[in-house]
Parts: sequence; C-alpha cells; structure tokens
Amino acid sequence: MATENISFTGRSSEELSNQQKIFLFLGFLGLFISLIASFNFIENQLVFWLSASLILICFGVIGYTREMYKNTLPGIKNNHVYFKSLTSRGVWAYALGIFLTGFYVVLYFYPSYLGLSESGKNTGLVALFDPLSQLFSGNPASQWFVYGVFYTLAILLFGVKFIWKYRHNKYQRLRTFSVMFFQLGFAFLIPEFMARLNSDSFALPYYDLKNIWPLNYYNFEQYRVDEFISAGNIGIGLLLFGVLSILIVTPILTYKYGKRWYCSWVCGCGGLAETAGDKFRHLSDKSTQAWKIERWMVHLVTVFVVVMTMAVVSTYLGYDADKYWLTKPIFLIGSTFLLVLVYAWVLIYKRNAFKKDALYAGGGFLLAIIVLVSLNLLGWTHHLFFIEAEPLRASYGFLIGSIFSGVVGTGFYPILGNRVWCRFGCPMAAILGFQQRLFSKFRITTNGGQCISCGNCSVYCEMGIDVRAYAQKGENIVRSSCVGCGICASVCPRGVLKLENDNHKNRLNENEILLGNELNLHDYTK
Amino acid sequence: MSNQEHIAIIGNGIAGVTLARHIRKNSNKRISLISDESPYFFSRTALMYVYMGHMKWEHLMPYENSFWKKNRIDLVQNRVVAIHSEENKLIFQDQQEFIYDQLVIATGSIPNKLGWPGENLNGVQGLYSKQDLERLEEFATDAETCKSAVIVGGGLIGVELAEMLHTRNIPVTFLVREPYFWNNVLPKHSAELITKHIQKHGIDLRLSVHLEAIKTDGAGKAKSVIIKETQEEISCDFVGLTAGVKPNIEFLKASEITTNKGVVVDEYFRTNIKNIYAIGDCAERNYSLGNRPPIEAVWYTGRIMGETLAQTLCGNPKKYNPGNWFNSAKFFDIEYQTYGWVFPTPKEGNAHFYWKHETEEKAIEIEYNRATQEFVGINSFGIRLRHEFFDQCLKAGKTISFVIEYLKQANFDPEFFDSYEQEIKNQWKNENRKLTH
Repeated sequence: MATENISFTGRSSEELSNQQKIFLFLGFLGLFISLIASFNFIENQLVFWLSASLILICFGVIGYTREMYKNTLPGIKNNHVYFKSLTSRGVWAYALGIFLTGFYVVLYFYPSYLGLSESGKNTGLVALFDPLSQLFSGNPASQWFVYGVFYTLAILLFGVKFIWKYRHNKYQRLRTFSVMFFQLGFAFLIPEFMARLNSDSFALPYYDLKNIWPLNYYNFEQYRVDEFISAGNIGIGLLLFGVLSILIVTPILTYKYGKRWYCSWVCGCGGLAETAGDKFRHLSDKSTQAWKIERWMVHLVTVFVVVMTMAVVSTYLGYDADKYWLTKPIFLIGSTFLLVLVYAWVLIYKRNAFKKDALYAGGGFLLAIIVLVSLNLLGWTHHLFFIEAEPLRASYGFLIGSIFSGVVGTGFYPILGNRVWCRFGCPMAAILGFQQRLFSKFRITTNGGQCISCGNCSVYCEMGIDVRAYAQKGENIVRSSCVGCGICASVCPRGVLKLENDNHKNRLNENEILLGNELNLHDYTK
Repeated sequence: MSNQEHIAIIGNGIAGVTLARHIRKNSNKRISLISDESPYFFSRTALMYVYMGHMKWEHLMPYENSFWKKNRIDLVQNRVVAIHSEENKLIFQDQQEFIYDQLVIATGSIPNKLGWPGENLNGVQGLYSKQDLERLEEFATDAETCKSAVIVGGGLIGVELAEMLHTRNIPVTFLVREPYFWNNVLPKHSAELITKHIQKHGIDLRLSVHLEAIKTDGAGKAKSVIIKETQEEISCDFVGLTAGVKPNIEFLKASEITTNKGVVVDEYFRTNIKNIYAIGDCAERNYSLGNRPPIEAVWYTGRIMGETLAQTLCGNPKKYNPGNWFNSAKFFDIEYQTYGWVFPTPKEGNAHFYWKHETEEKAIEIEYNRATQEFVGINSFGIRLRHEFFDQCLKAGKTISFVIEYLKQANFDPEFFDSYEQEIKNQWKNENRKLTH
C-alpha cells in the first residue's frame, strides 16, 4: 500500500559534511580506544590512553553537534526523524540496541569481562580508568566507576547537543543544564569525594543524595544503615535525609511544581533519557493498550519495592534488635499505618480520581499487607511475606534494579523509546505521579480552541501520553506519568500547550464545546 | 437500531467527524461517515509533517481505529457521485445506492486552479488531500528527482509547501502576487517580517508577480513556468498551486441542491432541501456574519460548525454562532496567532499599533478604534497568547490600553521565556503621548 511506505523514499536524509565525517571518526576513535582496552591491548601509559579516549569522544560529539546545527536557524526541526535508520527502528537502531543491551549484561553480571578484579589488580577497561578513579576517590576503579564516567559523559555531551537543538527555548536550556549539573555534581563528583573522606574509623556509604528511595531501593539495607549509624552525626543526618526525602520533600516539591522537579530536572535516569535518549523520544507507544499495561506494571513494581523494603528492614530489626533504636513492631506498625492513612485519604477525598480497578487493587494489596503484618507481629508466621527477605531483595535487585532499569530501560532506547523504565518500571515515578495527579498545582494548560489535532505533541511525548487527545478537546493535561519535559509545548506549531503551576481549582476542565463557539447548550429552545 | 434515524455524512474531515462525534454524544442515531480519501479521519493540517519526516502517516489519525466501532460510527469508504434528494438516496462511484434520512455535506475544499495553461500537467498540484501528499512524494521525492520547484500563491499552504520542499533540499521559487507575503491578510509591517523570514531560509521569494503559464516537457509533465511581468522562464520539476482553495462540490452540480461557490446554507446549515445540510469548507452562508467571509475554509470553523449542527440534528436547533474570530499558523519558525480582527489596512475609524522586538522576529499588531479606543483584534508573531484572555476582552469591549496593561496575563509562552510586556507598554505610552500632544 502506498500510504504504508509514504515518505520513505526520501534519499536526502543522511548527508554528512566532511567536517561531520571527521568528527564522527574522532569520536568513534575515542570509543575504539576504550573498546580495545577491554581486550587488554592497553597495559602501559594508561593516563595517556584514557585521556585520549575521553578527549576524543568529547571532541567528536561536540564537533559533530556544532557542524550539525551551525547553519540551521533556531526552531523545531525534527526533519527526517522517521526516515533515518537510527531513529525509526532501522538497522542502526537494532545494532545500537543490541550493543547497549550487551554492555549492560556484562556490566551487571560479568564485570570481570570488563577487567574488574576483586582481589588483585584491575585489567582491561576498568584498569584504563584506574588513574581517574585514583584522582577522585583515591581508590582503584570499579565497573561502576567506569559506568559512572560514561554515564556522566553521555549526559554532559548530549546535554550540550540538546541545548543546541533547543537553543531558542529557555525552559529546555535551563532544564537540561539542571540535569547536567545534578549528574556531574551529585551523582558523580560528590560521592567520589565523599569516598575520599573515608578512613578506617569513618566510612559513609556511597550516596548520591538526589537518588531517593524507592528509586534507590537499597538505601535502607542493613549494611548501609549500619554505615550511616557508625558515621556519627553526619551519617545519622544522611539517613534521616533519606527518609525525609521521600516522606516530606517529594510531596512538597511535587505539590508546587509537579513531578517534573525530579523526573526531568534532577533525576539521573531522567537526565540520561532527556539527553542521550532524546533522539528516541518519539518511539514510545501511545496506544491505550500500552497505557493499560503501564498502569499495572509501574504500580506492581511499586508494591514490590514496598513489600521488599518492609521485609528487609523488619528482618534485620528483628534479629539485631539491640543494635537499633527502632524496633521491628514499631517499624511494621508505623509503615502499615502510613499506607492505611494514604489509602484512607484517597477513599475519602479523591476516590473519583481513580478507576475502580485501581481502588480495588490498591485496597487488595493493602489488606494483604495488613493481614501479613498482623500475623507476623502475632508471631504466627516466621517470615513477613512467607519467604525470607533476602530472596525478595535479590530478585528485586536482579529483575527491577538490573534487568528493567538497566538492560531494558536503557538498552532498548532505540526500540521502545527513552523512558521505558520511567514509564513502566520506576516506583519513584509512580509515587511522584500519584502526588502529581492528586494534589499538585502542575498541569499542561490547553490554549482554548487553538488545537489543530496535528499530533506533534503526542508523537514527541516520551511518556507515551496521547497529549493531542486532551488538547483537541480543549482539556488541560493532568496525567500522573507526565514528567514535564515540555517538549509537547515546544513542538506544538500553534502555541496550544503551556506547562504551568497554577491554582489547583481550575486544573481539570472539561467542556463539551470548545472556546470560540458561542453555542449555549443550556439554552434549550422550547 | 434499525428504528433509529440514519444520518449520512459525506466527508470525514474535521467538520464531518466533529459532527459525528457530537451526534453520538447526544443521541443513539445511526451514523454513516462516508469518505473516499481515507478510511479513517486524519489531521489535514499535519500532512506536511509526514513529508518532512516528523511523523508517520499513522500519527495523523487522532483516534485509534477501534474508536469508530466503539462509538458506532459506520465508516464507509466510497465516493458519492450523485445525490437523488427526492428519494433520499446517494449513488456511489461503484453504482451502489445508499439510503439516508438526513444528509450532511462536509466535503471540504479542493485547490484553486485559475485557468493557467498547463495547470493539469503531471507535477502540478496543490496540497490538500492525502492523494496530494502521495503525488508530492512521487514528483518531489528529493533533490535528484526534483531539481527545483515553483510555488504559486502566497498563502498558508504555500509557505508550508515551501518549508516541506526545503527539508528535502529542493530549491524553491515562491511566486506571490502581493508586494509582501500574505499582505492581503497581514498589515505591511508584519507581512514584511514574515517575508524576510522566508527569505532567510533560502527561499527565492518573488513578490508582486503572477504566473502566466506552465510549460510542458512534451511528455505531459511540467518543465518550467513563465512569469507574466518579466516573461522570465523558470525551469522546475514541480509546481505547487497554492492560490487558495474552493469548495469541493463538483459532484452536486446535477443535484437539486442550490450551490453558488459553495453549498448555500442558512443559519442552521440547511440547504434548500429539507433534510440536507452542509458544513465546513464547502458551505457558503446566504447571510452575512460580522467580518467573516461567506465561505470559511479554516480548521476551527469546520469544527465549530460540526459542534453546532450536531445539536440541531439531535433536536436542539442551534444557529451558527461562532463568537470571536481566532486563527493560527506557522511560517517556518515563526508562530502566528490572531484573535479578533486585524485588517491589512485598518478599517475606517480604526488604527494599528505595531511593536517589534529590536533584534528578534517577535512582533504584535493591534487594531483598535481611534475614537473609542476599543480593542478590535491582535496579531502575534513569535509570542504565544492566551485565547481565553482575548476572548474575554473582545466580549467585554475592553480598550487597547486595558489589553496592553494586562498583556502579561495573556502571555502563553513557556516558563522562563523573556517577556516583552514592559517594552510594549512603554512604546504604547510613548506613541499615545505623541498623539495627544
């Protein structure tokens, strides 16, 4: 059928200038150096080779970007996005997807292939990064350090590209600058420097302060809590900060600004998605079917992380009771009470905001938790959730922490879009989304009757929200999944969408007849 | 179901689809939506994004395919060739007959052809339908199959077509009759602003020129155009005809339905035949309505007509009452919005206030009444404005000073954007002072 292949015959889409070819070569040369290091071809002059690799990568990406944008006028130019193999699930997309997936598998499960040595001296890629790690923390590199460097570099370099692409849009520039700052400072440099402070008598766990539980699902595991406690006031402060972050900080900031304050301004996963993943944002599935899957999946992960954390914490509070101020019964009763409180609040004030299946599912899980906690506290069950906490923790770490957020979440960027993890898997996004949907001032305002249903907003929504469905009805967009990246408003050719924090009252607006038609439906002619 | 009145709608554009949706909202009637162009409703305004590679064809459809069945709107892909109104019968191109109780004609427009020699050659076309997009894809695939293109007619579709061809690196010559682009709608200052912007993108914009003829290569395809004023011959492989559109009503000529340029309708969109109505681009009002032209070929008015007629057909008769005029467009990178009326030269007794940013391509132009200071309308370029604000100002008969004073409330630009309200205010005060002294 002619329409199926429409616009796939253009041949002009991937012409590169000679300068671009040179920068492409230099960038890949840099990557190549790291790659051959993995095969132990580089054993001497590590500082030189590491510097060469990183500098070439930076030089290549920045130079290529400059060449790409220097002769274009500012404005939205998504030209040829659907003609290019890389951005329309062609050969290059799959090649990149397979490469990234493979990299994550090795990183998570076979770090020794990268040259990590638990006892002796690192080899290969990890060894290549030893000098840099020594410089920051004073320790040899780990696979996580290597990953951290590449991750940060990706956010910084593609952040520069993003800023160039949206140089006409101050919201996008500031937002991108923010994720670059938080990645470089909070996720990368500060934890490295914190590690430098560690000594035999004082040790803080590796802590990215902006990485909040439940995204940081391991934050309250025993080894970390023990480290926090043993690090004196600073450690207790950090532990307290971790608890307050989710319970106090997130509701306040989400109330004021929507979940975007975190998801598209601060978060590292979001940061990577917005910068390196920007090229793939249009690949998210916009179907109702996908939305149904998303609702269940992301909330099931949230239940999983809550259950897992309760099991883990109550277990060590149980068998090491004398070590902690908090006792197991207080912890269990307290956290269950908190869940009951939230659910009761929803039932009383917000029940209309939910579909029945959501209320039933939420109630069902809550009831199960109450019963199991009671049975456990009464001493009728040995394990809170029938099995030991450790397999729960391990399977969460494996299934969600590694496979979902890493292998699938990032590895599948070129196939499923850049926010697969954020949309279908991130429990932090689910909690912030819950807050955003129910009590935030944030919304995307639709500008009266100006929508022409063109669909740019929906196509370029990385969260798979069918923005047009609301805009063409003149309705504001209030969706728990919206990360507030603002791209829908940027690509709108008619100035229809605006991200705003405003009065909660007029946030949801439903009109049968759009602005611009004086049809008065209540004025029935007798 | 069979007892339900059967409403047949010819045309599944924004007017017809809005009508169908709203009938379904308000009734249980049987609805048939007939179109030959495409089985499912798509956003005509977004055709350009498919050619430019921003989107795929499937993205143009605002409703999932299951929507129609779920809402019991029967989609009929066929072409109506005749209407036998006395028998309430449609004849399709395959000779099938189709019976209706109420008929709504919403067949939209076709591109104008003004009798130019060669206007029917291959490689000569407008940009309106899905089929136009397919033909464009064939004749202007890339810079190899199409070494250069000429666009005739400086309107909104013309500038879209220029942008489209530009993304495929096809050199474009753009012939415009007016001294500035869209000067028949925009006042000179802003028309000039857009003109410069188009030229900045590398479009060879020829002003105040007319097309004389399109020459053939001998094999039925266009090879060049001749400009009337200079007799210059410009060679090209593609000619875009974008000198406006006209109602798509050729198939009605043999019917009993009264037509002029469009299907003639009254305030309730009734034609001369009792159970036949017309809405959207193809309808022509037989009465005047403010400053609105009798045929309004605009997305928004098509939608408003659909919303309104649905009420009438569901037993709640409503006159067409579209309220304050508004529209929008985008010229390459400059967004344009308008609320109320700004005429190319101020209407009698009116004046224009024009502000332009010193360096950037941002401007506003306000028309107001000199004597009463009443705000008449605003054009905005590169600054987004709030529809609701201006709708209220126009309804309340606010003055230009009020509008300028509260312009900040009207701003709809993204957060953190530079704002220009103070500058605009200052300029207005300065000009006003001069006027009163």
